[in-house]
Amino acid sequence: MSLNKQTTIPAALENIKSGQTIMVGGFGLIGSPLSIIHYLTEHDVSELTVISNNVGEKGEGLGLLLRQGKLKKAIGSYFTSNRDVAKYYNEGKLELELLPQGTLAEAIRAGGAGIGGFYTKTAVGTDLAIGKEVKEIDGEKYLLQKGLKADVAIIKAWKADPLGNLVYYKTAQNFNPNMATAASYVIAEVDEIVELGELLPDEIITPHLYVDAIVKSEWILTKDGVKTK
Amino acid sequence: MRELIAERAAKELAPYSIINLGIGIPTLVADYIDDDLHILHTENGMLGVTSVDEEHIDPLVVNAGKLPVGEAIAASYFSSADSFAMIRGGHIDVAILGALQIDSSGKIANWAIPGRDIIGVGGAMDLLEGAKKIIITTSHTSNDGSPKIVDKCTFPITSQRVAEIIITELAVFNWKGGRYELTELMGDATLEEVKSKTTANYSINEGLLLEGEKV
Repeated sequence: MSLNKQTTIPAALENIKSGQTIMVGGFGLIGSPLSIIHYLTEHDVSELTVISNNVGEKGEGLGLLLRQGKLKKAIGSYFTSNRDVAKYYNEGKLELELLPQGTLAEAIRAGGAGIGGFYTKTAVGTDLAIGKEVKEIDGEKYLLQKGLKADVAIIKAWKADPLGNLVYYKTAQNFNPNMATAASYVIAEVDEIVELGELLPDEIITPHLYVDAIVKSEWILTKDGVKTK
Repeated sequence: MRELIAERAAKELAPYSIINLGIGIPTLVADYIDDDLHILHTENGMLGVTSVDEEHIDPLVVNAGKLPVGEAIAASYFSSADSFAMIRGGHIDVAILGALQIDSSGKIANWAIPGRDIIGVGGAMDLLEGAKKIIITTSHTSNDGSPKIVDKCTFPITSQRVAEIIITELAVFNWKGGRYELTELMGDATLEEVKSKTTANYSINEGLLLEGEKV
């Protein structure tokens, strides 16, 4: 098989344009595509809507793009750890949509699986239920949550083969396999690219049909923070 | 005080139960459980969480509080969607969580403070909705001395669901017959002290009342 999805980060970034909705993998900086984000700081885009559990950390990961004013809106579950988010939100420079973490993850899964929406018990009767349709199923109340989709997903995996089969590393997996399914164009940043056939069919978490481009990581999370490899 | 609460909470855990620990005092419960008997789940995508010593820290192996953790024997990793399917789907036996307020109707508030920006919820609402049993571990009063176990939550609630057990440095309450029952006094705490620091409506276990009379 000659198909090879390996490319450079700048070439892959040609697919990211102003005003788009971008899914960004990671739990904080863990499992976040830090190299792609680093190149995005030099890429001419604005008005991005990001779907990500957090907006990185303060001045790190997606937090870099926030400080550059490239983000219009963030959809996620926990924006408290990056204190810049509240500041930008209060200054009217960033819109926020807060979802319970499980609702966020399932909305992404649904978006990628061709499911328009689903009903969840999470958040029923709370402030996060305001404005959402309530449906009673077998005597219990549920909230409607629409599926989420994006123009581009930027995700982080551990290893890829040239076709784009992916395996993930420990808790750096988090939202990445779900986001790989839910965007029109998927860029996977990986630490290692192995020969075709080297990944065992049993261990592949993301089959290659979801992945459009593979790029090598240049920035990684270490014990001492984000560093070049 | 925090350790006392965590140690008491650990005694509520049945062997081989699947447990999810929240941030704060709940995290300390890990120090009092037997790794061979209890299995810890963390919502960022891991079952089989254990402690890790300094030299083996891996920055990519963390719990929901982003603190480094270790990998127990038979541990597994999975996506966020799978992790929350486990939570919402009722596959977690016990969630031990912190709280800002708990009220007479058993509802808890633990995700937002009025007047401050409501910008984070994380997995709190999913855990309250889906875990089979909820244990709240918290200081009995807030930093300014005001009661946290109140008649009605004034902070935004996290779920309509009732928390079954509350453990503080003064007392243990169990949800029974539509209200909390004070079932245990912690350390040197007295019924009077608990009463003076609790504005929620609760009953007192008969055995505790009898003991109180003897004194």
